[in-house]
Amino acid sequence: MTQASALRAAAVLERKRIRKERFAQLRRNPAFILGALLLGMWLIAALFGNFLTRFEPGGVDVLNVNKRPSDEFWFGTDNIGRDVYSRVVAGTRPIIFMAFSATAIGTLFGTTLGLLTGYMKGRFDVIVMRILDAISALPVIVIALLALAALEGQSEVITVLIIGFVFTPIIARTVRAAVLYEAELDYVAAAKLRTEKMPHILFVEILPNVLPPIIVEFTIRLGYAVFAIATLSFLGVGVELGSPNWGSQVAENYSGIFGNLWWATVFPAGAIATLAIGINLIADSIMEAFEI
Amino acid sequence: MLKYVAKRLGLALLTVFVVTTAIFFMTNILPGDPATRILGNLAEPENVAKLRKDLGLDRPLLAQYWTWLSNTLQGDLGNSIQHRVPVVDYILPAIGLSLRLAAIAFLLTVPLSIIGGITAGVMRGKPVDRVITVGGLSAAVVPEFVWAVLLVLIVGVRLKWLPTSAYPGPDEGLLTYVYHLILPSIALVLVLFGYISRIARAGVIEAFDSDYVRTATLKGLPRRKVVNKHVLRNALLPSIAVIASQVPYLIGGLVAVERVFNYPGFGTILIKAVQYRDYPVLQSSVLIVAVVIVLAQLIADILFAVLNPRIRQGIER
Amino acid sequence: MSTPTLELRDLRVTYTVRGIDRDVLRGISFAIKPGESYGLVGESGCGKSTAAYASMRYLPRNGQIVSGQVLFEGRDMTSVSDAEIREMRRSAIGMVYQNPIAALNPTIRIGEQVAESFTMLGHGSKEALELAEEALKRVQIADPKRVMRRYPHQLSGGMAQRVVIAMALASNPRLLILDEPTTGLDATVEAEVLDLVRGLIKDSGTSILFISHNLGVIRSMCDRVGVLYAGALVEEGETETILQNPNHPYTVGLMRCIPRGGLHKRLAHLDTIPGTPPPLGSELPGCVFVDRCAIAQDVCRTTPPPLVDLRNGHFSRCHFNEQAVNLPRTVGSAPLQQKTDSSHSKELLTIAHLSKTFSQDDQEVRVLTDVTMSLARGETLGLVGESGSGKTTLAKTLLGIFEPDEGSIVTLEGRQLGKGIADRTAHEVGSVQIVFQNPDSALNRRHSVTRIVARAVEKLAGKPKRESEDRAQELLNSMSVDPVLHSARPAQLSGGLKQRVAIARSFAGSPKLVVCDEPTSALDVSVQANILNLLADLQANENVSYVFISHDLGVVRYLSDRIAVMYLGRIMELGAAEEVFNGPHHPYTEALVSSVPAIDGSPRARIRLGGEVPSPASPPTGCVLNPRCPRMAASGLAHKCTSEEPELREVSPGHFMRCHIPVEQLRTMQG
Repeated sequence: MTQASALRAAAVLERKRIRKERFAQLRRNPAFILGALLLGMWLIAALFGNFLTRFEPGGVDVLNVNKRPSDEFWFGTDNIGRDVYSRVVAGTRPIIFMAFSATAIGTLFGTTLGLLTGYMKGRFDVIVMRILDAISALPVIVIALLALAALEGQSEVITVLIIGFVFTPIIARTVRAAVLYEAELDYVAAAKLRTEKMPHILFVEILPNVLPPIIVEFTIRLGYAVFAIATLSFLGVGVELGSPNWGSQVAENYSGIFGNLWWATVFPAGAIATLAIGINLIADSIMEAFEI
Repeated sequence: MLKYVAKRLGLALLTVFVVTTAIFFMTNILPGDPATRILGNLAEPENVAKLRKDLGLDRPLLAQYWTWLSNTLQGDLGNSIQHRVPVVDYILPAIGLSLRLAAIAFLLTVPLSIIGGITAGVMRGKPVDRVITVGGLSAAVVPEFVWAVLLVLIVGVRLKWLPTSAYPGPDEGLLTYVYHLILPSIALVLVLFGYISRIARAGVIEAFDSDYVRTATLKGLPRRKVVNKHVLRNALLPSIAVIASQVPYLIGGLVAVERVFNYPGFGTILIKAVQYRDYPVLQSSVLIVAVVIVLAQLIADILFAVLNPRIRQGIER
Repeated sequence: MSTPTLELRDLRVTYTVRGIDRDVLRGISFAIKPGESYGLVGESGCGKSTAAYASMRYLPRNGQIVSGQVLFEGRDMTSVSDAEIREMRRSAIGMVYQNPIAALNPTIRIGEQVAESFTMLGHGSKEALELAEEALKRVQIADPKRVMRRYPHQLSGGMAQRVVIAMALASNPRLLILDEPTTGLDATVEAEVLDLVRGLIKDSGTSILFISHNLGVIRSMCDRVGVLYAGALVEEGETETILQNPNHPYTVGLMRCIPRGGLHKRLAHLDTIPGTPPPLGSELPGCVFVDRCAIAQDVCRTTPPPLVDLRNGHFSRCHFNEQAVNLPRTVGSAPLQQKTDSSHSKELLTIAHLSKTFSQDDQEVRVLTDVTMSLARGETLGLVGESGSGKTTLAKTLLGIFEPDEGSIVTLEGRQLGKGIADRTAHEVGSVQIVFQNPDSALNRRHSVTRIVARAVEKLAGKPKRESEDRAQELLNSMSVDPVLHSARPAQLSGGLKQRVAIARSFAGSPKLVVCDEPTSALDVSVQANILNLLADLQANENVSYVFISHDLGVVRYLSDRIAVMYLGRIMELGAAEEVFNGPHHPYTEALVSSVPAIDGSPRARIRLGGEVPSPASPPTGCVLNPRCPRMAASGLAHKCTSEEPELREVSPGHFMRCHIPVEQLRTMQG
């Protein structure tokens, strides 16, 4: 018996080793390394931005308009003499914060709806899914434009709520598909056979098993939230005018590119691209390593 | 089959109905009075009241809804507040322009991403595959307007390969129009390519790993025949659904790209309608968007059923 | 001596998993002569399918042949060009697969797929279609034209396997490889498919490589057999020799694990092989079986055993093969001691007129019809029947997962049970529990073993959390789940251990009745024996009753006191296990029993069931068996059988049958 138990203990170690091998594989993946570097860079900018810049992001300097990148102005200055580098760094925090909040809201509601519709099926499922279909029948940008037009003002909070609202059906659909599969498994029947109530079955039994796709969906949506927020601020809606948003910076300066004044546009545009790509590379390599 | 089409059509109409109702109430119930917003906060109260009456805003909400719905069903989308012309006359030409751009982008995207996805799937694990999948998906998460300004700068301004304006002006030949639209379409293609090619790739890989492809291989079929006859058909079925699901993203992208290129299409009208609170234009635009998207979905559903014997037979039984 | 059709010489194959190469085949050698059929037998993960696919040089993306040769008619498949390989696959080797429906392309009609096998051989497309029809006729498909127009998902498993066989034989191959061709098919269908292959191959000179985990199937098909364990061939010889006089400790142990012949729980425990097979790619410098071998000595750990020639082509790879025949038993052979009286006098469960109707696409489908029976305390009732007979539905209805139709009555200890789980008290729910077929599905993979069992104790025994955990540990210990593993997740356990955890959970509420739904069908035979012993011991100690569902008649016979045979939602025969097995049988039971390939004894005459199981949505009129009944025509009662449904009547005390044919007539017919 002792030999057998040694064997079983070895089996435990074997599973731990597999997990370790997976993380090792993740760390060896160049896509993951690049993604982590990009996202890490922007997180540092978001957290310690104040210590990394010399100029006020909103500070206008009429003597230094449209200056090329130099030792003084690393990314040059824009068409009213603001330091592009300071503005790019200052734009990090709002976009990351907004994207994260919007995705969190969408994930929270989407997961709950997905769990309920996938488990209850029947009429409830049909009605809810129909409403969710209707919501996703419109492009995010169009819904946001419509809502921001109907509501007064250009509030960041409203933008976050709208994007969270639009993400809800997408995440709900992913979760629902996973739940439909899980609900057929016998452990759910076993839970019913010990008189568990629905909330326990949903949140204690099923939810932990559908976390992997939720985590991946969260990361993918995070990337798309950056996409949507940047596009809205470029279109001049959803953020306060004059605030150092990357999208607004591109909008304010892109006419300069026709005259080869590229820096005031390219740096904030590049910032949007690298942040979105960084998040996406991480999501992609997690999916690959854990075979989700 | 007819019953299936009818059922899908019914569901599509229902979706459009839900969407339109939501739009109407969204623009009317939410806080803020359109008349005040159109005239500004400092407007004289009697002017506001007059405008409210002109717009029919003084009537009960349900009555307004009924009027709007019945007019819409008859093809009367109302008058633009900003331009004082029928909405239809105002937005139809713009939609025509946007359709051209969307069509070119779509015609480029679909074959490119299907071929890209198949190549990646067939070359699974090789560098070509990594470049297509990682590159494609990275390109897809960068907003269209970012691609647009970068393309204008590099391809248009620096390299001078393509014109930086999207609209050559009226009275030009078709080829000239297309030539000017290449740059903006590329911005749209870059975003759409990643998703569609990824699904095509996944389909190819799933088919390659399937038992029936093993059967075909062990029958002694040459690889080329295995791919053409047994892999592709099964692999590309899921792509149909994904292509249709990209239509909303394409429309969203149009709005941003038209802005960069200052292209007087539908997106430009939408932005202006938002800025001027031109509600009839806004409502009609969103309605048209919803119809287009639901229609695309409907076509995809039917196409999928026609090509997939399992679903088709399920319907027939 | 002629060149063997297929010869494997010291073949080594590895799979790369997470960047590390792992041994799957550790240098195996065997040869198949022209016209010979050779079986490879072994438990899951032993490498038998890998050997089959390596023989066609077809390995998964992460697999590679490291060394050794695969000689097909003397040519080394490992070194020829891709074009030559393709040519051999096309014209000389045919293959039949485990999952026939998946092996056919879902979007291409059957006719076109079969015809493709002929166009490849150079026939024109019209000619190929005609040949395809011929080929389908050869595999005894009654209406080939109709089948050719269908898609794979519209075929039953047995029908799809005939199509695959037709394709495999299109080129009149010199070697036919069958990889678990009947696994997952009902015994009746399995027997048909095996008969078919045997008939088609006879006198054709085609050699066979037959992969199976089922020794009975191997015996009915193969001249010689090789026993694989952990990627090594441990014993080889004539099939009868291997089954009658095994000479390797693994083979000896395996034969003792299998419930067969007249073995019954009241006579003796099954012997078992301790431990589990080594994980894929383990370092095994000595004998591969050493960790589980009762006669292993130090030399077995360090030195690979030699191949011992026992004459007449019988080889054993063991240092101490002469001791293998006297392998000590792992489990005592003493009969079970029932704690309470085994007279089953006290009734526990009664089921009266139980029916269950599902509505499907606006259609009423009656899946269970008028099931009436009872079960005593401490008794095991075996439930058998082909898939779709309603066994699992009956089980789930007893549990309250499905609610029975109006008018059905189920009582437990004389008190009527609520229809659904929600209508039952916690005590009642705990009294009727289940052990599911697949522990991977039945155990929440995110919860620890203790938590899984403790939560059941908490809810069903109504104990506080702390106490529940202690009780859970106790239960797990009594199921021989090592305390080291109590904090583990299910994925960290072997299949047998997972099933022990599931059994522990089902005993959390001190059940009176446990439904065992194919509890060992996902397990290897050596592990199965452990679980069957455990179930028998638990029953003896706790006086619990079982409803035991299995497609394996040997297992059912070993564990059951009484047996109910089901067909299309009806009980066709019900009686003491020995009566049901020894006859006179119901014609359906007779066909079922005769279709199981036996591991020992002389094979009995097969009683065939014609056609396929009808849909429960449109059952035949009269006796539901009448379109397939093997005895109706000769009975002279055909008119009655096709017009009037028979009642379940008592033919002798405690033995019930649903058949118009008088039992004496059946006895004469069945000899």
